[in-house]
Amino acid sequence: MNTATPQRRRERIDRGIKVRSDGLYALMSWRELTYLIAPRAALIIGLLVLPLVMPGAYWQRVISIVCIYALLALGFDFLAHHVGLVSLGGAFFVGAGGYISAILNTQWGWSPLAAIPAATIAGGVLCTTLLLPCLPLRGVYFAIVTLMYPLFLARVIEALNILGGTDGIMGVDSFPGAWVEQYTVIVLLLSFLFGIRRLVHTDLGLVLRAVKDNDQAVKASAMNISHYKALAVFIASAIGCLAGACLVHIYMWAGISVFALDFSVLPIAATVIGGSGTLVGPVIGCLILVPASELLRDFGTLRIVFYSLILLGFITFRSEGVMVYGQRKYQQFERWKMI
Amino acid sequence: MSGSPHLEVREVTKAFGGIIALNRVSFDVTEGEIVGIIGPNGSGKTTLVNCITGFVKIGSGSIRFRGRDITDLPPHRIADLGLTRTFQIMRPFYSLPAYKNLVIPLFSPRARRTGGWRGGGRLGDRNTVGIDILEEIGFERDSYVPYKLTSTLPTGYLKRLELARCLALKPELIICDEVFSGLSMSEIASMVPLIEKLQMEGITLIMIEHRLRELFQVANRVMVLNFGEKLVEGSPEQVMADPRVREAYFGSENIEEVMIHA
Repeated sequence: MNTATPQRRRERIDRGIKVRSDGLYALMSWRELTYLIAPRAALIIGLLVLPLVMPGAYWQRVISIVCIYALLALGFDFLAHHVGLVSLGGAFFVGAGGYISAILNTQWGWSPLAAIPAATIAGGVLCTTLLLPCLPLRGVYFAIVTLMYPLFLARVIEALNILGGTDGIMGVDSFPGAWVEQYTVIVLLLSFLFGIRRLVHTDLGLVLRAVKDNDQAVKASAMNISHYKALAVFIASAIGCLAGACLVHIYMWAGISVFALDFSVLPIAATVIGGSGTLVGPVIGCLILVPASELLRDFGTLRIVFYSLILLGFITFRSEGVMVYGQRKYQQFERWKMI
Repeated sequence: MSGSPHLEVREVTKAFGGIIALNRVSFDVTEGEIVGIIGPNGSGKTTLVNCITGFVKIGSGSIRFRGRDITDLPPHRIADLGLTRTFQIMRPFYSLPAYKNLVIPLFSPRARRTGGWRGGGRLGDRNTVGIDILEEIGFERDSYVPYKLTSTLPTGYLKRLELARCLALKPELIICDEVFSGLSMSEIASMVPLIEKLQMEGITLIMIEHRLRELFQVANRVMVLNFGEKLVEGSPEQVMADPRVREAYFGSENIEEVMIHA
């Protein structure tokens, strides 16, 4: 029997350790420190160990792709839930970063390790500049405009036959080795994840959240909201461009398909599954969705059907998101109370 | 600053489509005074605030603040000059705790330049200064109220939070858009000394109010708006005695009676 009756009800209580490990008091004992560190360590060590335990080169490659998507999802979650700009521009960011890095590498002969950071910054500047006119838009209107850009750029490349046209740019250098590739993307993902988590808790992060909450009040607080929105878009687009640049060097090819809408849509699905606003959630969402999508390849045409069913299942039964659910279970416990 | 007025509003006109919300409104505010603006519903009071603070672009006319033309400046630039406002419909940051609301104005370029309210921003971190300001404005420091989520606070505290946001910017002038409305009698009674204290700190105030009794208690001068036009301007006594005001605003012969029920 799992229902409440007039005689009993279910109550949810914070674990005592949650309170004790809040703030500086966590330093009081190893138990409390462990309570805080354990989940973070599990994520860090888990991600670092993943390439080692994968059964072969194919699955190791999947891990790299997971990290690419996770970076995109992280950027999406940051923009949507900490700044209030719902962006469907994942494909735009990946495309911009990917093409810039590919051009730097093939035309100018830059090594991937120089081309990727350059593409991150240049791509971020380019994407932010192109998105500047849309910054006053909010909610679904911003989403629609950001969705337009990848379609627009892909068609421009196709129609004008520039940047390799439909063939794309071939002969892009790969990373110096498979291990370098995997650990680069994993370390980048972890640094950006913890970096953004830190950022949203600083005063600057608070201002960004206030822009989401009530932009009029931020204006009345003598602050230029366009400035802060542009900064946030730059951060998110630079992360997206970084993902795109890495992707191009993993596939050793940049083509119109880097503007594919997968890069816009999958990060959103991962954010919904993982728990929106948690920043870690989207990463976990990608860790579930991308491998699931690979496993479902065996089903051929039915792949997308099963994929949709998985999504539907998560949304129906864990609509709050895996991370939110996990956090609650970790911090609280439930018990029956007799009335 | 003596001589030229603090705020100079000249012939401000604003139309929304065919409706003329403000028609050639002019008035001056001298440094350190409290000016009340009253008028029936829909007379253009809030539109006037929106026009002065840049949230709405005016049709024609000009606005000068401390000798500087601010007619075409965006809201954040106007606030940056020290001309701040509260919102009639409160606009706090609902997803933050009350004291974190003040981190945002304390983060602004103006607060960094001036140190914010009483220069406190120079001393400590913004959280502490935020709690200092909240205490000043009537949040009990040692209670849990400043730490509560803003969306759970009652109206009285939200109205104070609006004022606190202005104070965090170390304002020259605050335009209070109905800070008394929706408050209980005891809450209003505690707000009146606060307003007087702000005036003594040297802050100029423009108060838009429906609570006439309290407004006339604190205001040095009162302006009456009716259908977007300035009807009368003068001391509270003059305005109360003016027959046009009685007709337009009070709609009753016996003003004393209305005052009691106001």
